[in-house]
Amino acid sequence: MLEIKNLHVDLEEEDKTILKGVNLTVEAGTVHAIMGPNGSGKSTLSYVLSGRDGYTVTDGSATLAGVDLLDMEPEERAAAGLFLAFQYPVEIPGVGNMTFLRTAVNAQRKARGQEEMSAAEFLKVVREKAKTLQIDADMLKRPVNVGFSGGEKKRNEILQMAMLEPKMCILDETDSGLDVDAMKLVSDGVNALRDEGRAFLVITHYQRLLDHIKPDVVHIMYDGRIIKTGGPELALEVEQNGYADILAEVA
Amino acid sequence: MAQPQAKQTTLEARLGSMALPEGGLWASAAREAALTRLQAIGLPDRRDEYWKFTRPDSLVQAEAPHAALFLNDDEPDSFAAVDRLKLVFVDGVFDAEASDDLTLEGVRIERLAVAAKSDIHWARDLYGVLEGRGQTPVARPLATLNTAYATDGVLIHVTGRPSKPINLVYVHKSEISDAILHHVIKLDPEAEATILENGPAAARFNKVMEVDVAEGARFHHIRTQGRDHERRAATHIFARLGAQSLFKSFTLTANGVMTRNECVIELLGDDAVAHVAGAAMGDGDFHQDDTVFVTHDALRCESRQVFKKVLRNGATGVFQGKILVKPGAQKTDGYQISQALLLDEDSQFLAKPELEIYADDVACSHGSTSGAIDEDALYYLRARGIPRPIATDLLTMSFLAEAVEEIEDEGLRDDINSQLAAWLERRRR
Repeated sequence: MLEIKNLHVDLEEEDKTILKGVNLTVEAGTVHAIMGPNGSGKSTLSYVLSGRDGYTVTDGSATLAGVDLLDMEPEERAAAGLFLAFQYPVEIPGVGNMTFLRTAVNAQRKARGQEEMSAAEFLKVVREKAKTLQIDADMLKRPVNVGFSGGEKKRNEILQMAMLEPKMCILDETDSGLDVDAMKLVSDGVNALRDEGRAFLVITHYQRLLDHIKPDVVHIMYDGRIIKTGGPELALEVEQNGYADILAEVA
Repeated sequence: MAQPQAKQTTLEARLGSMALPEGGLWASAAREAALTRLQAIGLPDRRDEYWKFTRPDSLVQAEAPHAALFLNDDEPDSFAAVDRLKLVFVDGVFDAEASDDLTLEGVRIERLAVAAKSDIHWARDLYGVLEGRGQTPVARPLATLNTAYATDGVLIHVTGRPSKPINLVYVHKSEISDAILHHVIKLDPEAEATILENGPAAARFNKVMEVDVAEGARFHHIRTQGRDHERRAATHIFARLGAQSLFKSFTLTANGVMTRNECVIELLGDDAVAHVAGAAMGDGDFHQDDTVFVTHDALRCESRQVFKKVLRNGATGVFQGKILVKPGAQKTDGYQISQALLLDEDSQFLAKPELEIYADDVACSHGSTSGAIDEDALYYLRARGIPRPIATDLLTMSFLAEAVEEIEDEGLRDDINSQLAAWLERRRR
């Protein structure tokens, strides 16, 4: 599904190299997790894949279902099936959550040559999906993320994911700022979307999210590279011993 | 005070062969008094403190500059979907045929041209009076000129709560028209009315609206100034608020080579509320100026000034807003925000926010910003699959929202929002 080869990325403003040769393959139907200490390049990887400005790819490639991602605009990547659940979802005053969702869904459908969803149909689907995430009518009506609690913002991200039905979902520290109940709710939302044709890349600092969203593969990222790959037990090892042992072992 | 020679010359040229309109006792007295005042203050020029950001030349020159007619055939007129009582002025001349019958329960509507002929009229206590009060500490000569020379307008006495808004429709049909209209609106205690205004009005339009809001009365005003690119307008609102009264005014300015909207509000009764808001959208040859002066002279009054401008291709926006809190106006709650969204590097926003406070127990805040589209928000929307032009429009609507939300009525708010969206859509690239 997602194939990253030898990806090198510089931060434009500081002329600093962040990713120094990332190799990663995420197959359809699987969940991969990336863990790693602060500053190792995890969030940068998610931004580069989704097309945020400010980064220069100096080498390597990233493809989604065989299509080159790095040449596309952010909206084209989204229409191609890539979704990034933001660590810090942006507040947009004056734009209703519902308007935002419907604009996004229909823009993607249009880009894929599909028919746009009617207002009535959209309303029905969004209500259904919102309900399972315990998002009430008020939250749907309010401006995007404005006045939402940390947990509400993350649930709203998952609602967007559920509505857009992407092929490849990247979750950037979705567990940050969540209490235990909210984490369960968000994880249930993610698990409900697990599917043969869909893949997940979960970026997190903590094992506890992975108790809920069980990964097939765990990667450890350090200094712009993936330095170790293993099964779910790798996350447990990090939780118990920190990164020191792994770093020492690789060095 | 003697005026500099240059001002005298400008005034003489402007007044030229214009004669004061004929009328009965009350109107003639008001007009003559205004002319005397005008001769003392002269017309504005660039040296005047409140005309530093806006060139008054085209507004004071003898002839109205030529303004090509604009065919608005791609969207319905403002408020077309609203049940309203329509009064139509074509280039400043009342069009009886296009207007509705002036009868409406809870309100008495008369034309200035007719009422001015009588010797006694209730408007005597307001016509040129509120305008006159609004001349200190800052002179507003174009309004004084208006009081002296306005040939027509509407006098609206609101005694109850009319069932629908009164819509003043300003049609522009002559490329050289120079229209002067003067409206007076008097709301009795506990009365409530909504006044809508729309249309470019003339090649050059000078309009004054005096509004007297008695105790407990509520006044709503929503206007759109027409899409004609070459039209010019200088408008003034003078409002006086009694205790527990409400005044709300919203203006949409989309296009127009020159617009100066002044609003002068006096909060004279305790617990009164005044909100004045504007959304302006300019592309290219566009100069739009909001000059607002709110005076708090009573206890616990609230005032809000919310002005948002979207500017591109060298358009200019101006905001000069003042909150004056007089001694004793304790517990005043004053708020003022003026913001510009600059969609390119050629556009400019000039702002002069002012607070002058003589009471010690008040809360007044003001802010003024200008900036580009928020890149983080743009990326967020695009990451959801929304193409850049649509995302930019959404964020522009988001930027304007605080001003538009000042409109209480949902239907009218939707009407304005759809006009804003249409303006943006026409410019999508």
